[in-house]
Amino acid sequence: MDFQLTDDQRALKEGARELLAGRFGRDRLRAAVEDPAPDRALWRELGAAGFFALRLPERDGGVGLGLPEAVLVLEEAGRALLPGPLVACQLLAGVLDGVAAGERVAVLCDGAREPLLWEHPAGCDELILLEGGDGLADGRAEGAPGRTGGAYRSAPDQVSCAPFASVDPLTPLARVLDLPRTEPVAVDAPRLRREAALLTAAQQLGSAVRTVEMAAAYAREREQFGVPIGSFQAVKQLCTQMLVRAEIARSAVYAAAVTESALDITGAKLLADEAAVRNARDCLQVHGGMGFTWEADVHLHLKRAWWHAERWGTAGEAEEMLAAGLIA
Amino acid sequence: MDLSCTPEEEDFRARLRRWLGEVLPKLPAPPAATDWPGRRAYDTAWQRMLYDAGYAGLHWPRDAGGQGATPAQHLIFLEETERAGSPYVGANFVGLLHAGPTLAAEGTAEQRARWLPPILRGEEIWCQGFSEPDAGSDLAALRTRAVRDGDDYVISGAKIWTSHAEVADWCELLVRTDPAAPRHRGISWLAMPMDAPGVTVRPLRTLAGSTEFAEVFLDEVRVPVANRVGAENDGWRVTMVTLSFERGTAFVGEVVACRRVLGELARAARANGRWDDAVLRRRLGRLSAEFTALWRLTQWNVSEAMRGAARGGQRGGGVPGTGGSVFKLRYSHARQELYDAAAEVLGAGALDADHAWVAARLSSLSYTIAAGTSQIQQNIVAERILGLPKGR
Repeated sequence: MDFQLTDDQRALKEGARELLAGRFGRDRLRAAVEDPAPDRALWRELGAAGFFALRLPERDGGVGLGLPEAVLVLEEAGRALLPGPLVACQLLAGVLDGVAAGERVAVLCDGAREPLLWEHPAGCDELILLEGGDGLADGRAEGAPGRTGGAYRSAPDQVSCAPFASVDPLTPLARVLDLPRTEPVAVDAPRLRREAALLTAAQQLGSAVRTVEMAAAYAREREQFGVPIGSFQAVKQLCTQMLVRAEIARSAVYAAAVTESALDITGAKLLADEAAVRNARDCLQVHGGMGFTWEADVHLHLKRAWWHAERWGTAGEAEEMLAAGLIA
Repeated sequence: MDLSCTPEEEDFRARLRRWLGEVLPKLPAPPAATDWPGRRAYDTAWQRMLYDAGYAGLHWPRDAGGQGATPAQHLIFLEETERAGSPYVGANFVGLLHAGPTLAAEGTAEQRARWLPPILRGEEIWCQGFSEPDAGSDLAALRTRAVRDGDDYVISGAKIWTSHAEVADWCELLVRTDPAAPRHRGISWLAMPMDAPGVTVRPLRTLAGSTEFAEVFLDEVRVPVANRVGAENDGWRVTMVTLSFERGTAFVGEVVACRRVLGELARAARANGRWDDAVLRRRLGRLSAEFTALWRLTQWNVSEAMRGAARGGQRGGGVPGTGGSVFKLRYSHARQELYDAAAEVLGAGALDADHAWVAARLSSLSYTIAAGTSQIQQNIVAERILGLPKGR
């Protein structure tokens, strides 16, 4: 047993952090709030750096790494609040041409959800519908009736949509009314869902870790009553609980990446969602009035965390699955 | 990141399982919780069995008489003994987890030779005299005085929350040897014989109805200066070596047990119909994620300790750093939630003080208080790990 990052994993994580800090710093983040379409040049750069081809075998032009490495990279993307369908491009690299290289942007649409939402409709080259119907572990059907659990390719320009005002300014959404199933795609849909949940949890972890740092940094600097607010016990305890949530989520997410067990992934997503959402809330509270402004970045973490928490299994579904696992 | 066991670790696990399978069925029934002499005899007999089988002081260094096992092997030991329903460390707790490792790290050759072997063989029981009525979370406020008189210290004061004091042979005692020095620099660590004249033990009844703790009153007790471990007034540093052991390994078996109890709760709820309550079901599902994560965090902390030991940084067994504090803060709370959920499964049965889950619910109330209250722990984490300024 050696449940710690290897030197290579540490280097990969640091490399991803440096790349994102250089190419997607705060100025770029705030510019993306005004224009959230995926930055094609950045996408190609990420492709060239192996961001999407990470898990493809080396003989297919990939990096030949595993799920733990993908988790570490996505954690850094979540930390930087990098917008775009990162999970879809990571999972569909090697399935659809041009995705691994970052030349084409692919989006996954989760058919188990109502309303049916499509992220980044304007910047999307490939749309894959993943139908519901995997069923929950306790045997109850998941999602709307009639959906069989297959995956279909669709032509983005033929999708009929209604506008949808996304709460996350960095994740534009459209509500899908009807979409043509152009051709089936050969993917292992249950596995795709599990991995999508885990990689989403990894981004939540990154966001949760980042908001702890933001809150602690602000609490060290902001002065009221002549002292830094971080010297108040009430503020200290908020910050410590944030750290506890993030570190508990880290253990769960990293372990699930190693075991790939469905229940481990479900638990990891549950804890990472909670860490991201509640940490963003507490970070907002520590920032006081500034936390309530558009100008502060805190709300961007909170809104992204809400979006991610809604994807690939919500808290209620996760808790039911885990409960069923107790008596299985 | 590797969660699998090495062939050596698997071999260790297999041998341990075989041994447990042989000896556990032959053990007598455990004594009643109120039968202190019986408990001492039972716990020390188990320790002697561990010693004879080569499992005593597993995580202690070899030069202290231990087995020099890796933290991963220690983790496997705690996991497997819990799974098999072995006796707990019980009255041997302070000796094996606090006093022994402190003596191993800080004692002289004579002190180690005198005190370590009887701990490993289950011949002598230790208790801990740290907390005082006016020094709880603020341990450095302790006031028990030790005054030099020839080759002895003469000690007067009062200690509280001393587990197993009724049956202990020795007490690892913190005393103030220099009242004029800054408070962390006037403390010394002594090994006090519990049968010394002037020592009075008064059992302290907890809200659980048991007498797990005692108050210990010291009235001009004479302890030889030779019983001091570490330099005079260096006891605070000596003690911190001990406390890192407490945080690192104390709860491994309990996390394994909590995961088992969670499964029992779910099955009991299914049997009595409360499983139909979605709120309760979801609570149990969430706790399943929590305890799985706490188990993974334990593995993370132990792996970190092994890397530290491989670099030569730490002595085996200690798990310092972020992970230990995070673990304690979350686990103490999760354990209380677990037994609150158990009460919901039991319904009116939760009013039956003889039910094991009810007893555990009561004792779980101490977890956010013992070994540093959650509130003080949070201040410490905020200041030491998050770099927030000191303040009151």
